[in-house]
Amino acid sequence: MDARAEQKYDLGVVRWFAVMAVVYLVVGASVGVYIASELAWPVLNFDIPQLTFGRLRPLHTNAVIFAFGGCVLMATAFYSVQRTCGVRLWSEKLAWFTFWGWNLIIVSAVITLPMGLTQGKEYAELEWPIDIAIAIVWLTYTFNFIMTIAIRKSSHIYVSNWFFLSMMIMITYLHVVNSLAIPVGLFKSYSIFSGVQDAMIQWWWGHNAVGFYLTAGFLGIMYYFVPKQANRPVYSYRLSVIHFWALSFGYVWLGAHHLQYTALPDWTGSVGAAVSLAMIIPSWGGAINGMMTLSGAWDKLRTDYTLRFLIMSLAFYAMSTFEGPVMSIKTVNALSHYTDWTIGHVHSGALGWVAMVGAGALYHLVTRCFHTEMWSTRLINIHFWLFTIGTVVYIVAMWVSGIMQGLMWRAYDDYGTLVYTFAESVEAMHPYYAMRAIGGAIFLTGAILMLFNVLMTVRKSVAEGKVEQARTTVLASA
Amino acid sequence: MADNQKPKSLQEKMEVNIWALILGVAIVVSIGGLVEIVPLFVIDKTMEHKSTAPEIVWQREPGAALSDWKAGDGIRPYTGLELAGRDVYIREGCYLCHSQMIRPFRDEKERYGHYSLASESMYDHPFQWGSKRTGPDLARVGGKYSDEWQRIHLRAPRSVVPESVMPNYPWLQHAQLDGERVAKHMTGMRTVGVPYTDADIAAAPATVAGKNEEDAVIAFLQVLGTMAKLDDNKVYRE
Repeated sequence: MDARAEQKYDLGVVRWFAVMAVVYLVVGASVGVYIASELAWPVLNFDIPQLTFGRLRPLHTNAVIFAFGGCVLMATAFYSVQRTCGVRLWSEKLAWFTFWGWNLIIVSAVITLPMGLTQGKEYAELEWPIDIAIAIVWLTYTFNFIMTIAIRKSSHIYVSNWFFLSMMIMITYLHVVNSLAIPVGLFKSYSIFSGVQDAMIQWWWGHNAVGFYLTAGFLGIMYYFVPKQANRPVYSYRLSVIHFWALSFGYVWLGAHHLQYTALPDWTGSVGAAVSLAMIIPSWGGAINGMMTLSGAWDKLRTDYTLRFLIMSLAFYAMSTFEGPVMSIKTVNALSHYTDWTIGHVHSGALGWVAMVGAGALYHLVTRCFHTEMWSTRLINIHFWLFTIGTVVYIVAMWVSGIMQGLMWRAYDDYGTLVYTFAESVEAMHPYYAMRAIGGAIFLTGAILMLFNVLMTVRKSVAEGKVEQARTTVLASA
Repeated sequence: MADNQKPKSLQEKMEVNIWALILGVAIVVSIGGLVEIVPLFVIDKTMEHKSTAPEIVWQREPGAALSDWKAGDGIRPYTGLELAGRDVYIREGCYLCHSQMIRPFRDEKERYGHYSLASESMYDHPFQWGSKRTGPDLARVGGKYSDEWQRIHLRAPRSVVPESVMPNYPWLQHAQLDGERVAKHMTGMRTVGVPYTDADIAAAPATVAGKNEEDAVIAFLQVLGTMAKLDDNKVYRE
């Protein structure tokens, strides 16, 4: 079976993307822990421009979203599209171009962001020459994926591919429109949009980087890897059709809920909030579809640690897709906006959902593509608990600090004057910022264990010549 | 197709035809963005100066220089020095911890001032509303503290606000501004729609001569929120 897959599909580029994804997970999480510590102990800024919070925070977000998330999406999409279509990638050369292109972009981000070269738009900080490179590499990825489906041997296009495709199309729109800018230097440009229009376009991008890149794309992963790992068909085909179209249509509207009570016209924010509430339905439909795939096979959770990651990720997915709509309700948003609650919400999605489902899929991929069991299953289990505990510590800290901030800012005394100065609210955050850094460090430890385990597995596979064996085994013609 | 069944529903047609699926998805994901974004460019009510309050924008006399503007005269493009300060503000990622968008709540009014208007950021490419207040809002910080306080605070925030978690920015005072570069940036801003005159751009190198990045950031902070005089009793927005 292994030899058949090795000879039938292009697994080389998948192997490299998978390993790099784990490397970037460690890098992105390390920067995250560092900047979290800077907020608790500002002395860590060391008066070094390249180490200040303001310059490293974009590096953290770009590293986890585009370096880790991107490599996971590219590894899993290139793998599952071949398996579900029954053909090799349309072009192996193009896939390698995508690999090297994407990694060069990541390297350029690591260099330019700490230097302060930025467009100043959240999650779209990279300057215009890198933006152009992103567009090109992203389109090669998309084109290769589409062409592989076009030459498929199966009659129908499997559901995971719909989700990947939706992500690729939407991210192309978003990246191109949001990054439109006029260069005034090699690494300096000004957005062609300003003020309120720019704000709406930015959050149309910002929320859909979450909605498509980190949700639709990772749901594509869920729809392939959960059934595979559980060895069961997807619970409901009908639910996945509804999930797909409702999610693709609805997510696009949500950006406006980031701008409630701002100078954005009221109607836009309200539309965004209304659709946000409705999104609970497809989101939970998807989460149920994933979890119920296990129905009749729940006992596997006791022994299959990879499956644990996948199922726990769906629990966090369900939780954060409930929390999001709640936060978009105007009265809640009035309190939560501008506070750490938002940061906590993002991380319950990013750590609990994206990183968990990504880790589960990567463990599955590494064993399938390196043709060997993981070096240590015990380490996978420890990793699982470190991720779970780290995530919970992180988001609890941010819930408390976020709600406390919101309440302190609006607290009045009996004489009708504000009770707290802003500085007092900053001081009150200190214990929670420390707690958040600790939660992050626990999570990071899990990521490091994963990297170690994956590297040892690769070493074992290489030492035993597993890939070479699989490639050269003479197959009985089936 | 190998099988002899004809696709029945639209869904099934898309499941067997990748090009139909691409088209379907491309249409479905376009709608929300179009409905929410395009009207903001065409409905005049979005911008207060085009609807309820034309007076909040500086009515520039022909031939007037940016330096002829007085605080409260109305919203105007940033001077060369302020724009250079804004570039530093973006470079250092200040927007990641400071918002520039006051919401219409009683506590925000007392803490920061009149709620922000859309027109007030119409020359902000990109916008700097922010999304997080690790530090306070800065939309109306102009004039609240002296230049000297800002200088000390930028170099060592905890020397004036002990609870602060802001990094020190001691290097700004050592970086001299490049007048030609400022002029070039103003030309870029003009390309994206900011109404700088040739004279504004020509005058820029002289106005930043001898100034450093710290001076520029302070000039930028001190103008924030001071451009338009807003009337507390007027309804600018519904």
